[in-house]
Amino acid sequence: MSWFLSWISGAILYAAPILFPTLGEAVEQRAGMVNLGLEGLMLLGASLGFAVSFGTKNPWLGVLAAAGAGLLANLIYAWLVVHRRAHQLAAGLALMFFGIGMSALIGKPYVGQMAPVLPKYAPTGPQSLLFRYDPLVYVAFLLAPLFWFLLFRTRFGLRLRAVGENPAIAYAAGVSPSLIRYIAAALAGTLAAVGGAHLSLGITGTWSEGMTAGRGFIAIALVIFSRWNPLRAIVGALIFGGAVVLQLQLQARGIGVSPFFLDMLPYVLTVLVLLVWGRGVRHVAPASLGRVYFGTE
Amino acid sequence: MAETPVLRLVDITKRFPGVLANDRVNFDLLPGEIHALLGENGAGKSTLVKIAYGFYQADSGEIHVHGKKVEIRSPRDARRLGIGLVFQGFTLIPAMTVAENVALFLAELPWLVRPKDLRKTIWEASQRYGLELDPATPVWQLSVGEQQKVELLKLLLAKARILIFDEPTKVLVPHEVENLFRVFASLREDGYSLVFITHKLREALTCADRITVMRQGRVVGTVRPEEASEESLLQMMFGERLVEVAKAGTGRVPGEPILELRNVCTKPIGTAPGLEDVNLTVRAGEIVGVAGVSGNGQRELGDAILGLLRITRGRKIFLGEDATHWPPRRLIQRGVAFVPEDPLAMAVVPWFTVLENLALLDPRRFSRLGGLALDWSGVRQLLRAGFAKLGLNPLPERARAGTLSGGNLQRLTLVRELNRPYHLVVGLYPTRGLDVRSANAVRQALLSAREEGKGVLLISEDLNELFSLSDRIVVMLKGRIVGEFRPEEADLTEVGRVMTGAGVVHA
Repeated sequence: MSWFLSWISGAILYAAPILFPTLGEAVEQRAGMVNLGLEGLMLLGASLGFAVSFGTKNPWLGVLAAAGAGLLANLIYAWLVVHRRAHQLAAGLALMFFGIGMSALIGKPYVGQMAPVLPKYAPTGPQSLLFRYDPLVYVAFLLAPLFWFLLFRTRFGLRLRAVGENPAIAYAAGVSPSLIRYIAAALAGTLAAVGGAHLSLGITGTWSEGMTAGRGFIAIALVIFSRWNPLRAIVGALIFGGAVVLQLQLQARGIGVSPFFLDMLPYVLTVLVLLVWGRGVRHVAPASLGRVYFGTE
Repeated sequence: MAETPVLRLVDITKRFPGVLANDRVNFDLLPGEIHALLGENGAGKSTLVKIAYGFYQADSGEIHVHGKKVEIRSPRDARRLGIGLVFQGFTLIPAMTVAENVALFLAELPWLVRPKDLRKTIWEASQRYGLELDPATPVWQLSVGEQQKVELLKLLLAKARILIFDEPTKVLVPHEVENLFRVFASLREDGYSLVFITHKLREALTCADRITVMRQGRVVGTVRPEEASEESLLQMMFGERLVEVAKAGTGRVPGEPILELRNVCTKPIGTAPGLEDVNLTVRAGEIVGVAGVSGNGQRELGDAILGLLRITRGRKIFLGEDATHWPPRRLIQRGVAFVPEDPLAMAVVPWFTVLENLALLDPRRFSRLGGLALDWSGVRQLLRAGFAKLGLNPLPERARAGTLSGGNLQRLTLVRELNRPYHLVVGLYPTRGLDVRSANAVRQALLSAREEGKGVLLISEDLNELFSLSDRIVVMLKGRIVGEFRPEEADLTEVGRVMTGAGVVHA
């Protein structure tokens, strides 16, 4: 039983760093942009957040720095795809490689170091010893309904979705597709980097190169799984988080299976879930996802 | 004219790369009138109204609203001035509900969208003009006629007083057109001013207070319907007399079956229906017309015949052989010709030249040295002979297909498809979006194919076209064939009703 509770507890903790980028990407894709650069943004957030926390002895400044860097980096992406009309997949991949390289450069002196991590708080309750999380975990889970509300109950959300479906129609309705896409990209960049920072400052307390291990891409998969709905993204993030923790628990028990195979487990599981749940997804996808908008002339 | 026009366009000029779309165009709209803008494709009608709506910016010229000169830099400006435009082909987002689509265009949409309030507003407005709609329905579930209503609601709720419709009747069946004109009339009573674009003479004559005719980017003239006739309007539109399409021959006996479909079914894809138990025979020397509101399985029927869509049940027999699962290549070789709706999407490669596109379908015929070279002079010969057969001047052989107009592209497709041995022509909306002259060239080609004893399957949503060309017309609804008519025994309205599922079905 205690094994089960700690699995649940761990799943929630590990769901957070994947939920941040998933929510951001959901908003970005609802505005019509596929961003393959999430992985780079997460790494950038993880290393810069760690470095700043190490230098200032304040993990919150680390999170803040990560958020700012993610925002700026993703505005570059937005500028490429909105104003320079670059292909979104190419621009995303470029952003990813930029993030990988930049994070390695920033993080180089900090490999093997420990930085101050985010404090943990528990909601009052009988299991509070087990269920203690840093504030970012609570923020991640609160953001999901907030984003749902933003997308489906506000004027901004309506316009954002319209841009993702058909920017020409949105323009005809008096909306600026470019502005909407910049805002969406800013949100997504911030969240992806905060997700990365949560990994290094909320979970491991260390930095190592490539530590996000493909989470940026899993987040894109989860966006599809969640059918661009922030509330369903919670489910996806929990499944992935659960798989990660399960793999850690199995490794801790010294099960006679190659650790490399176990490392693979969360990803295989995510692919399987996508296979089972992902059918018929085509009709929900924003209609102009990935397309360059050329304006009216 | 004593009244101040609500909208006046003065000397509007707009140039697109290679085209002078509007050349010093003058146009005015009086309060409470319905003003038809008539002209063939590419006459510059759409460009003109899009300039009035701020979607395009004019290179020069002035816009006056209620007698005052205004600057319209974006649709937002136009909407603020009370100008609303229903785009051709609609500006609805299929994935969103009626309410969301309307809300997007609301002038005073609050920061917080309350679905309940929104639905109430829409419900009230829709009751007033007899445009009953359920606000919570996603738009993709609506028929074209209903979508038209949503477009209208959008304008009305956005407080537009000048309503512009870009070819509103293009996709409607006859009784829906009647309904729309009735709504137009009641809007005029309420003091709205309307502009509507059409290339159908009869519509302009029945519904408008004034008709302005455009040709090649210029205004030819403005007339009142009581002073005009179809004849005189045609003259204005084309500046010359048109070749009429020969009437359908009567009393002919069709020959052997060329294509037979027996209980053919296909799988539905997305929101499009699959075919269900379709039985259809096309015989030598007959034109079988397929009518239906678009999206009721006509495209799937064409695709299934051409081998582009897998047939899940039933059989397809071509010239007595079971062709159910033949790949497209084999069908083409055995003699199926295809004239698609949008040649750029379905038949030609835009960045290939005219010659290259002609050689594309049948490279073996022109290959020399075992495929290492192509016999370009042979292709050139085909180009000349093919166009001569259609009674047209050949296209410039080095022109890239992407730079040709829709009518010329369709001619190119015809020459290619109909100048090789074939037995069956499948026309999938072959005249959609073409002007009268280009459309007539296509029709003439189909008629001469019939004269030569070929089978012709013509899928179209232009009922007039189907009635004048077809020997038989079948009607499709939701992937089934729900009626069959002989054009000489049926009338347009009756077929229109069966198309929308409103009529009694005759076996």
